[in-house]
This record gives sequence, C-alpha cells and structure tokens, in this order.
Amino acid sequence: MEREQRLASFKVNAYAWLLLLPSLIFLVLFTFYPVIQTVLLSFYQADLGTPEPLFNGIDNYKRMLEDDVFWKVITNNLWFALWTVPTSMVLALLMALYANHVLRGKGFIRTAYFYPTVLPMIAAANIWLFIYTPEYGALSHVLQWIGLDQLNWLGDQDLVMWAMVIMVVWKEAGYFMIFYLAGLQNISQELYESASVDGARPWTVFRRVTFPLLMPTTLFVMIIATTNSFKLVDHLVIMTKGGPDNASSLLLYYIYEHAFTFWDQGMAATLTFVMIVILLLIAAVQFFGMDKKIHYN
Amino acid sequence: MLRRITDLAMYVLALLWLFPLLWAMWTAFRPREKAITWDLSLEFTFDNFIHVWNSAPFAQYYLNTFLIVAGVLVVQFVTATLAAYAFAKLRFWGRDVLFILVLVQLMVPPDILIFPNYNVLRDLSLIDTKLGIMMPYFASAFGIFLLRQVFKTIPYELQEAARMEGCRWWQVLWKLYIPLARPTYVAFGLVSVSYHWNNFLWPLIITNSVENRPLTVGLAIFAQSFETGAQWAEVTAATVMVILPLLLAFLLFQRQFLNSFIHSGMK
Repeated sequence: MEREQRLASFKVNAYAWLLLLPSLIFLVLFTFYPVIQTVLLSFYQADLGTPEPLFNGIDNYKRMLEDDVFWKVITNNLWFALWTVPTSMVLALLMALYANHVLRGKGFIRTAYFYPTVLPMIAAANIWLFIYTPEYGALSHVLQWIGLDQLNWLGDQDLVMWAMVIMVVWKEAGYFMIFYLAGLQNISQELYESASVDGARPWTVFRRVTFPLLMPTTLFVMIIATTNSFKLVDHLVIMTKGGPDNASSLLLYYIYEHAFTFWDQGMAATLTFVMIVILLLIAAVQFFGMDKKIHYN
Repeated sequence: MLRRITDLAMYVLALLWLFPLLWAMWTAFRPREKAITWDLSLEFTFDNFIHVWNSAPFAQYYLNTFLIVAGVLVVQFVTATLAAYAFAKLRFWGRDVLFILVLVQLMVPPDILIFPNYNVLRDLSLIDTKLGIMMPYFASAFGIFLLRQVFKTIPYELQEAARMEGCRWWQVLWKLYIPLARPTYVAFGLVSVSYHWNNFLWPLIITNSVENRPLTVGLAIFAQSFETGAQWAEVTAATVMVILPLLLAFLLFQRQFLNSFIHSGMK
C-alpha cells in the first residue's frame, strides 16, 4: 500500500516536472544563468585589451562610482522617472474618468488616447524626430506661427530631456488609462448612487469614493510606469544617441554603449547588475507596499 | 458650463494625441519637395511608398517580423500552457519555490539582460539568427501566470469526468482547459504580438543581416541612412508602412485589444 502511494506521488512529481521542463530550460538559459554570469563578470576586467577576463575585485564598481557619466545617466534616469511617471499617471486618470463617462464619441476618444501604445517606439521616434527638428519641424512651425523663436529641442542639453519626457508621456498615458478604466469599472455603482442621494458634489465624490478605491490601480500603474522608465530606450537610438554630451542618456542605453560600442564587458556587467538591483528594489516596493493594500474581491 | 469646458479640453487632448499620426499620414503621401513645407495644397502621391519599397528590402523585413512574432507566440503558448497546468492543478515537490523562480522573470525581464543574453547566444552560435531573436522570450512568466489563474478556476470535477471518459492528460488539456481559457489566450496573444512586432533593441543587437532583421530594425536603418529634411516624406512613408498593419489590426479589433490589455494588466 505504502509503496503504491509512493509510486503515485513519484509519478505526479515526474509528470509535473516534465510539464515545467520546457519553460524552465528557457528561464534558466535567459534569466537565471545570465543574472549569475552578470554578477560574476562584474568582478572581472574584460574589455578589448583583456580578452581573457581578469579578476579585479571591486575595481569595476569603484570605476563606475568615480565615473561622472554614470552619475549623469543615473540622474537623468531618476529625473526622467520623476517627470514621466506622475505626469502620465495624472493624464491617464483624467483620460479614464472622461472616457468612462463621455457619451458621444467614446470609441474615438479611447482610440485617440490609446493608439500610441500599439506603435513601435522606433516608429514613434521617427515621427517625433520630425516634430522636434528645428526649421522644418512641426513644433518650429507652431512656434513661428505664434511669433516665438524656434528651439533646438534635441540639440540643446537643457531641452533634450524635456523633449523625451513629452514623447514618452504621449506614448504611455493611454496605456495606463486602460488600467484606470478597468479600475473604474470595478467600483460598484451603488456607492455613487448613495453619494448622489446624499447630495455630494462631484469633487467630493471623487475625493471620497473614486480616488481611494482606485488606490490599488494607482499603485499598480506606478510600479509599471517606474519600471518602464528604466526600460524604454529605443527612441534614444534614433533621436539622440544619448547626446548631446550624454544629456539624454539613460541607464539601459549606457549598458548598450558599454557592451556593444566600447566592448567593455566587465563594466557592462557591472552596470547591468545595478539595473537588476534597481528593478528588484521596485519589485520589493510592489511586494511590500502593494500586496497589503490590494484587497481582491 | 463645467461640462462644456471638460468636453472641450478632453477633445483638444485627443486631437493633440492624434496629431503625430495625422501629420505622419499627411507627410507620407506628400510629394517629396512639399513634405517640409506647410502649404495646404491637395497634392498627394504614392511615390514615397514605391520608392521606399524599392530601395530597402521591406518585403523581407515583413516576412522576418511575421515569422518571429508567430514563432514566439506558438512556443509561448505551448510552454506556458504546460507550465500553467502543472502549477494550477498538480501538487508536487518544490512547487512554491519554482513558482517564485518563474515570477523573477517579471521583475528581471530579458529586455534588460541584453548584454548577458548576447553572450549566451554567442556561446550557442545563434548570433544573427531569427531563433536568436525569439529564444529569450520562449518562456513567459507573464503567460504562465495568466493561464495559471484561469486554469485554477476550472473545477476539478470536469477533469475527472473527462478522465472517466478515457481522455489522456493532453486530451484533457486540449479539449477542456484550452477552450475554456480562450479569452485569456486571445488577450495574451494580442499583448505578445504587439510586443514582439514592436521590439527593437534586442533584434538590433543580435542581427546584422537582411535575412534576419525585423521591420523595426529595418526601419531604423532606413531612417538613419537619410540626413537631410528632403527625404522626410520617404522616412515617414517607411514609418507608416511599419505601423500600418498593427494600427489597422488595432482599429478592427479595438474592443478585444483594449480588453486584452485590461485583463492582462489586472491579473
């Protein structure tokens, strides 16, 4: 009897592991092994001058911390997150509140807000490159039209990040709107009915009912938006190449440059490790901050 | 009054949002020399598209993108279905630990592991292959997670009944679980297709030949081969060509698209 049970349990185990095997192979090959390799390689000097990796302890980390460009890139990325995340979230909430209530042209409104999401970033970058170009570009035409001087959006160190922020907000706000729309639809109508019976004003209803109940959505969107602000770099390849003078470079683009332009593998690994730590920190916020506040119903 | 102002503001916002697309469409159909001027003459032409189609191998790029997107999707469906079934319906040794390990991919996606994954593919001699573009995405923690949620809601009794009828495990999956989870497959499929249709940085790194480049990389190379504003009309035409299939699909299946993003996001 016991043997039969053990046999049955062995069979279930073998069967489950076989079902998981295909996924596990790819996960190990392209997530776990690369992460471990990254951590190991970050302690080696491995560049064009040292084809055989040479152990150098924490030298890469020291070099990274002394690298002005690294700090510039990190500052850029934080600044980029600080502007894109709240701006696109506020816009997304407004869009959702409106798209949820509007009677005429609902489909049009939603489509107009959402469509940038399905465009490749690289195509969006091409279009926006033309919008930002001095002299011929759309923005220049508009500025001229209202009698202002044109600006060199992508060539000016002080403007280039603003240009990137505006484009990314345009690309992402509609995507986050979708989550808010879903969140709004989950709020029970009865709450609104009783609020209107009490004679509550729209702003009070929003502050007391809608917004608090959208809190889980807001946290969720915030996590995605923050993670995205570290992952979105395609447009830099087309629009600025991180310039002028690294003014628009972001962490992932800096990794790309170190790995595939400078071929400094040790430093690329070190920077990738920093990126992994940042993403894990965001995930930790999600785990500890969000799980407790979300109530599944 | 307030209602009117809100209406107006939100419509202006919609127009602002639409402007880049409308402008791209307009420019793509303009004669070359008119592309950078703003005179509103009604001259339109297909020349830009013809020229683009003839000067870069876009047919090959379309085919490559199609093969990559379809390949990733098919393999993801298989791997995610099997894994999701195991996680949802079987009790086995190490299940919880394994599930957490799978979820790590959600936090550390292949997108940021461009450098170490390049090394893995070099060791496998898969640089500059379509397989190389696809492989890092073959296992999808996101897909496993979505399908596991649905499979969990399917009552065990149904499976028992099917087993009594003499169905093998894969028949149970094929005839019971997969049909019942169809909306989730559609949702995951749309998200995956739009993601891989648009993916750029990874294919840029891994490919260096026309035979393997997807549309996005082809478009970037085409766009960067121009330096002056005079060729805007062509670059814009190429851009429109790349975005059009997905944009049309989106307009046709708007509801499914929006819903799929809602469902995939919330679970």
